[in-house]
Amino acid sequence: MWLDRLWQGVIDTFLMVGVSSLIALILGIPLAVILVTSGKGGIFEAPNVNRVLGAFVNIFRSVPFLILMVALIPFTRLIVGTTYGVWAAVVPLTIASTPFFARIAEVSLREVDHGLIEAAQAMGCRRWHIVWHVLLPEALPGIVGGFTITIVTMINSSAMAGAIGAGGLGDIAYRYGYQRFDTQVMLTVIVLLVILVAAIQLGGDRLALRLNKR
Amino acid sequence: MTASAQRALGLEAAAPDAAEQAELHPEKQRAHVRFLNLGKVYEGPQGPVPALQGIDLDIQRGEVFGIIGRSGAGKSSLIRTINRLEKPSSGRVLIDQVDIGDFNEDTLVALRRRIGMIFQHFNLMSAKTVWQNVELPLKVAGVPKAQRQRKVAELLALVGLEGKHEAYPAQLSGGQKQRVGIARALVHDPAILLCDEATSALDPETTQSILGLLREINQRLGLTIILITHEMAVIREICDRVVVLEKGEVVEQGPVWQVFGNPQHEVSKTLLAPLQHALPEDVQARLQPHASELHASVVLDLQFTGSDGKEPDLSALFNAFGGRVSLLHGGVERIQGHALGHLLLAVSHSPLSAEELLNRARKHAQQAEVLGYVA
Repeated sequence: MWLDRLWQGVIDTFLMVGVSSLIALILGIPLAVILVTSGKGGIFEAPNVNRVLGAFVNIFRSVPFLILMVALIPFTRLIVGTTYGVWAAVVPLTIASTPFFARIAEVSLREVDHGLIEAAQAMGCRRWHIVWHVLLPEALPGIVGGFTITIVTMINSSAMAGAIGAGGLGDIAYRYGYQRFDTQVMLTVIVLLVILVAAIQLGGDRLALRLNKR
Repeated sequence: MTASAQRALGLEAAAPDAAEQAELHPEKQRAHVRFLNLGKVYEGPQGPVPALQGIDLDIQRGEVFGIIGRSGAGKSSLIRTINRLEKPSSGRVLIDQVDIGDFNEDTLVALRRRIGMIFQHFNLMSAKTVWQNVELPLKVAGVPKAQRQRKVAELLALVGLEGKHEAYPAQLSGGQKQRVGIARALVHDPAILLCDEATSALDPETTQSILGLLREINQRLGLTIILITHEMAVIREICDRVVVLEKGEVVEQGPVWQVFGNPQHEVSKTLLAPLQHALPEDVQARLQPHASELHASVVLDLQFTGSDGKEPDLSALFNAFGGRVSLLHGGVERIQGHALGHLLLAVSHSPLSAEELLNRARKHAQQAEVLGYVA
């Protein structure tokens, strides 16, 4: 019986983290590209856009996840129609992890040697070509590493979301381990989480290493 | 290079006789790149910093044109105004008589595809293979795949990297990286090649091979090469004409043999110093401004800028001096067919005064100077 629950918990965690990290990936990379290229001396220089986006990202990054989740409850209800369950958790998770990932990706993009951008301009690249053929491929190993960190952080946050009724491994550990003093379940959840995080970290590191040709 | 590569690169038709060119296309006589009263000012934290001022230059089609100066002299800014990586603050840049000042992104992209550029630190994409690096300019220009493949293969063959198609830049030596850079710069068949300190990060031997390749490209493709460097040796090796830049201004210009043989400006002399024959240190230490004893040797510095292509006639020189003449240091260099000689001589037991020795030396050498006396 509790094995079934545990299995359901694993699926829920995968679902929450999977969906929100996918959205964070799709939104975070363009956000990072805009942050880098709109800055001073960037190829799409736009200081106002840069300031507004930067401030926006900083605000969301400075609010602790637990508080963000509670504060976002009305918004979550607006988007998914409920404040309870896996899909309700996806909203705050995505909103917290997108700026987080965007900042990490931004650092990798910023580290691309300015000489490469200059070379691309000199060979007749348009600005979009530079983003697509130079910035993103050159920063890819760093972006993969940053995305790995983002996923691990999200597993962490999803446990918190679980505690206020989102389901997943965090929910199980909290209800059985904390409220019912069932140490066996709690230990099992801890082991599962450790294995999950280790597997993701290892996979991410391997991929980043394979992509790095420097 | 294979025959097919030559055909595709248009080498067979390239570099016809200069006189014939001029007759057929009088416009080709005119400057390929022309700077008109060019200026560049940077906005620094302590107010505007002038980087270039009043630059007026004509660069002819097909020549190898060198720009030399110390770091911070404005060389980088100047060469970057040609493909507008750097926007001038004042003045104009004309390429084929067209002012590029008000070009927009579309026209700039088209212009840059006619101007190749190579860099000191190569600036190759680390995540792309050698092949992909050379292919990139064609890819972004929308060239069909079959054509891209032919062109990339030809260029990698031209620079001698046939076996390295799938290598990543990190697996190559500095010289190989610059060869990839050259292949990439030439992939659109440009009319102009800009070289930004292209050999400054390379060892002397590799520098020679890269300069040899550039010379070959210049001659076979009839390409105009504009290079900046802080090394006079690079200028001597491949340039036809040179300008010396100092604090954003042209302080000296002319054919390389002339600037080498008879540098006018202090900066040119400083830059040339490492290549010059200097007085041996021990002689320098014993050098005195006046003759201290009867048979002290007069130390003479003679320069020959043999514009007639002839080497200095030593027997005539020695006969004119009388007495004993010993060679302290010296040599002759050939630049662009001119013999540039530099001799440091000690003359003793001559019946002539130092004054008279100088007068006689000047009949043979273009420049003569008494450096001092040694006992």
